[in-house]
Amino acid sequence: MEKMPRWADVVLIPLISLLLAAFISALVIIAIGEDPIAAVKLMINGALGSTYGWGYTLYYATNFIFTGLAVAVAFHARMFNIGGEGQAMLGGLGVAIACLYIPWPHWTVALLAAIVMSGLLGAAWAAIPAYLQAKRGSHIVITTIMFNFIAAGLLNYVLVNVMRPAGSMDPASAKFPEPTHLPTLHDMLTPLGISFSKAAPANVSLFVALIACVLVWLLIWRMKLGYEIRAQGHSESAAKYAGINPTRIIIISMLISGGLAGAMAINNVMGEAERLVMNATEGAGFIGIAVALMGRNHPFGVVLAAVLFGFLYQGGAELALWTDIPRELIVVIQALVILFTGALDNMVRMPLERIFLALRKERN
Amino acid sequence: MDFLTLIQVLDSTLRLATPLLLACLAGLYSERAGIFDIGLEGKMLVAAMFAGAVAAVSGNVWMGLLAGIAASMSLSALHGIASITFRGNQLISGVAINFLAAGMTVLVAQSWFGQGGRTPSLMGGGRFDGIELPFAIGPKDAALSDLSVTKLIEQAGPIQQVYSELISGHTILVYVALLCVPATWWLLFRTRFGLRLRAVGEAPEAVDTAGVSVVGLRFAAVAICGVLCGVAGAYLATGLQAGFVKDMTAGRGFIALAALIFAKWRPWYALSATLLFGLLQAIAVRFQNIEIGGFVIPVQFTESLPYILTVVILAGFVGKAIPPRAGGEPYVKEN
Repeated sequence: MEKMPRWADVVLIPLISLLLAAFISALVIIAIGEDPIAAVKLMINGALGSTYGWGYTLYYATNFIFTGLAVAVAFHARMFNIGGEGQAMLGGLGVAIACLYIPWPHWTVALLAAIVMSGLLGAAWAAIPAYLQAKRGSHIVITTIMFNFIAAGLLNYVLVNVMRPAGSMDPASAKFPEPTHLPTLHDMLTPLGISFSKAAPANVSLFVALIACVLVWLLIWRMKLGYEIRAQGHSESAAKYAGINPTRIIIISMLISGGLAGAMAINNVMGEAERLVMNATEGAGFIGIAVALMGRNHPFGVVLAAVLFGFLYQGGAELALWTDIPRELIVVIQALVILFTGALDNMVRMPLERIFLALRKERN
Repeated sequence: MDFLTLIQVLDSTLRLATPLLLACLAGLYSERAGIFDIGLEGKMLVAAMFAGAVAAVSGNVWMGLLAGIAASMSLSALHGIASITFRGNQLISGVAINFLAAGMTVLVAQSWFGQGGRTPSLMGGGRFDGIELPFAIGPKDAALSDLSVTKLIEQAGPIQQVYSELISGHTILVYVALLCVPATWWLLFRTRFGLRLRAVGEAPEAVDTAGVSVVGLRFAAVAICGVLCGVAGAYLATGLQAGFVKDMTAGRGFIALAALIFAKWRPWYALSATLLFGLLQAIAVRFQNIEIGGFVIPVQFTESLPYILTVVILAGFVGKAIPPRAGGEPYVKEN
């Protein structure tokens, strides 16, 4: 028998964890001498009060949907992919190769090519840690951390020595040609008679991210492969008895995970910067961890959590602009969310389970 | 490359290896007791911030060191509560601690000093000075002969060069870090506490059956880890550099983690691994791109080499690295 009703596990626990994280964040804001209520008002106004704010919130959310899904798929096979950051960097490289060296006639084909290239390079970057985990038992967490650093070194090398246009000083690629420009929400909504901020970077990648959510849902809950991934995640020995090959599942789920993280690059590299720069990922790969934990590894939850973090990111930028609160407040909030929904999950769960058991006894 | 250049590179190797060595030994205690710690980076970072801040305000570097250790230990306590008391995922807890440190250090430094998330530059008693060993060339000799220390060492013989440049003139924390290696070896392999600590990382149920507290031992290991990370962070802000700057650990906690795997969780190997990684950092700082026979080794490759080597070691192609058996598993007492 379950100790708690399902809604408590799916909704109540994340909600309480989030409230705890919010409460401590408020204490932090008070401790640095600012007013938390004013801060929240400013954040809501800045992130959700205008189409400009929404445009940024949704732009960040798009990044986090990709990386959140990446972490979630790996979590289903009980693997912790900390390498989303490196995989997204390689995805950026893929997008840059696709956009810079092939003359595309139209953005739709360029987008498809960019998705394929970024997904492939992201998956390739996850492939070596996956192989080492499956075949040699090297811990995936350590290898993916190492691969994040190797990715940064590689990207630095490519940008400084290969892709940097002659005469340019900063380590960045040339600007992508005009036909690869992705339509922003402004471009897409204006023909429909809806006015949307022209300056905000949210673009068609948002819909690609939402399609990716549906595909991941189909994969995990409606396909044989997804069943095998979940079986492996629940119990490797049971999955083995059922004839599921663990090596295959580890490698495939990590390839999907890496591909999703890599595909994030269509949003930040192709959709926003339109050239490859050094720190293009801005830590989105790590936020994927918080998003997957909060979203309970379900695509729908990932979308909600991604929008929440998009709001925090944009709101945090506004805070840094108008108050003395640095942007790093968001990093603290992110840490607290990971702490409460991930590491301290039992702290919230154990007392709740006790309450629900007591309630059930009374009823019987 | 002349002899003196070589000595100078080795000298900076020693300086750069010190924080790696301290953090690596910190991780060694924790992981030998069965608690994975990927939060070394975060603990070093808070220690650097608080050491830099308190040293700047008090003008006393020792107060800074203590503050750094206290800050690092408080994060250790958090890691212990999450992963030992509440049996949470140790890796996720480590990730959270790294982000908490990355954010809080800037937030606090900005709120206290308002200098864009850094602490004021340290002067005089706020920094650890180099210790001049007897008969070594140091600032005193320079003052007597009105030549600079660098010039005097250039003119000295090779043995004096090695002695004055490489062995003498480091801050006390460098020597402390080196002494920590035999001390760790002795504690882990020659005392009862060490035996139990290693046992709790391999077979906690056996330790429990023997009537020794698994929880107590693991908390002790995590606390030692906090102290060493604290010293490592304090060294960054008050020894290697003069004050804290944002993200000043720059991945050193992860290099230390790599060194720990490279060292196969052994103290003396940890010394060689961190010296090797320190050498790579020193080479990258000094030479940038290296040209060997028409073939250029890019600086990015030298910088990435610790991570690449660790993956190779983890892959088991060059001797297998086997972690403590119960690492990462929370211990649930039998009823």
